[in-house]
Amino acid sequence: MTPILEVSGVNKFFGGVHAVVDMDFVLEKGMLAGLIGPNGAGKTTVFNLITGIYPLETGHITFKGEDISSLKSYEVIGRGIARTFQNLRLFQRSSALENVMTACQQHHHYSFLEAVTHLGRWKKTETDIRLRSMELLDRVGLADRADQAAGTLPYGYQRRLEIARALALEPELLLLDEPAAGMNPEEVLELNELIKEIHSDFKLTILVIEHHMELVMEICPHVICMNFGAKIAEGNPETIQNHPEVLRAYLGEEVPEA
Amino acid sequence: MFGGYTEGIIILLCINSIAAMGVSLLTGFTGIFTLGHAGYMALGAYVSSLLIMKAGMPWLAGIFLGGTGAMLVAWLVGIPTLKLMGDYYAIASIGLGEAIRLILENWQSVTRGARGVPGIPPYTTLPVALAFFLVMAFAMFCLINSRYGRAFKACRDDYLAASLLGFNTAKLRVLSLAISGFYCGVAGALLAGFLSFIQPIMFDMIKSTELTSVVVFGGLGSMSGTLIGTGIITLVTELFRPISQYRMLIYGAVIVIIMIFRPEGIMGQKELGKTFFRDLTRRLKPADKRHGGGVKR
Repeated sequence: MTPILEVSGVNKFFGGVHAVVDMDFVLEKGMLAGLIGPNGAGKTTVFNLITGIYPLETGHITFKGEDISSLKSYEVIGRGIARTFQNLRLFQRSSALENVMTACQQHHHYSFLEAVTHLGRWKKTETDIRLRSMELLDRVGLADRADQAAGTLPYGYQRRLEIARALALEPELLLLDEPAAGMNPEEVLELNELIKEIHSDFKLTILVIEHHMELVMEICPHVICMNFGAKIAEGNPETIQNHPEVLRAYLGEEVPEA
Repeated sequence: MFGGYTEGIIILLCINSIAAMGVSLLTGFTGIFTLGHAGYMALGAYVSSLLIMKAGMPWLAGIFLGGTGAMLVAWLVGIPTLKLMGDYYAIASIGLGEAIRLILENWQSVTRGARGVPGIPPYTTLPVALAFFLVMAFAMFCLINSRYGRAFKACRDDYLAASLLGFNTAKLRVLSLAISGFYCGVAGALLAGFLSFIQPIMFDMIKSTELTSVVVFGGLGSMSGTLIGTGIITLVTELFRPISQYRMLIYGAVIVIIMIFRPEGIMGQKELGKTFFRDLTRRLKPADKRHGGGVKR
């Protein structure tokens, strides 16, 4: 097993708040890992640090052996990382298909001259982008909604659309930020299946932030738990479920009886 | 074929449409409000007419160099200012537009200042204006229906999501500004050849505001809306020329009426095309048939 993502000694402050404290973890290639923790533990901040939205205060983030800590977001994405957002960031008024095409075009090129004349590779490339995007929509079960504006899709579908859009970037590492937020139990089950399928079909490494414990425990063989910005436990689901620090973070401390 | 007056209006329509398409790309498709694009028209007009008159350049080369000059300035200005997010660029653009106008007004030795440049050869004939309009409109519609169009729209709708889809948003914003500068520069160069006389006051903030309001009027994010909007505004201002003291009143009233009845602009984000007419006919069909029509697709 080779490491694909290494986070070492990472700290982040927001004013006086120590949002991420000495974060260390390694993701092996092909892993499906979960990142859990109570609200405000700093999980999304870790995602934002990896994807270059915030600069690091200290430490390094290495992707496939290359230090990506000082790269800009679009450069990080270009290296083969894709993510979804906790509060959806779809292009609301564009159609579902267009949302996916916007990401898909990163791997299909033609020149500016071909763009303003619609000559040369334009037609073939646009057809390729459209077909590939339809395939991905079909993959997440949204093929019949392709022409609908993204903002008018039901919430669960919008989450799936974001996953399709991230997959269109052909990433090696996929970061999913609370993909099950706002879903009903039935939808969560479907999402479980979808994540497992894309993990094996696209040969992805996936790191998923989740609040639904059952989801993480069922699909993630490896779990990292955070609290107050620091990693408090790491290991397989059983280890995590019985870890005293994790229990304390989620259930609070036992008050000695008076 | 037409009388001189009609011909003049058509040429003016072509020129205004070219400038409006430039602003539309920047404001409607890339989401950057500008209140200084008359400055780029002024650059195009002065660069081309001075090159043609003083350097004896052929007029076609003059027009292209006018557009290119405006594009270069836009590009240079864009690199530092487009780091400004949201409405801050709009403020910067006011300053830029006025700065260009004031430089032209005070650089007496080259531009003759506020007296303007008279005697520009009348190279903008009807065929020239139409040819420029058709070619540039074709290129613009191709552009917005390409990967660049989607990239610009991604920057407009959500710049964070756009950069996390791998777009270099800063670079795309500068590119959009440079292209819109080119369009406005060419429009300015054509205007110089149409009027045979230019002076800095033609390119003041009122002209800039007019360019942006036409785009909003037609619908932000619709290139055909921009053209329709330009058509209506140009015709309204021209047709009411005989009662010239009320012209601006009517112009204002038309804009207010549109904003009340079509707050998204005439076309919203839609384009005139196959889908537009399909949706329109579907909407006009009786309700029971509409259901059947919707499923087939």
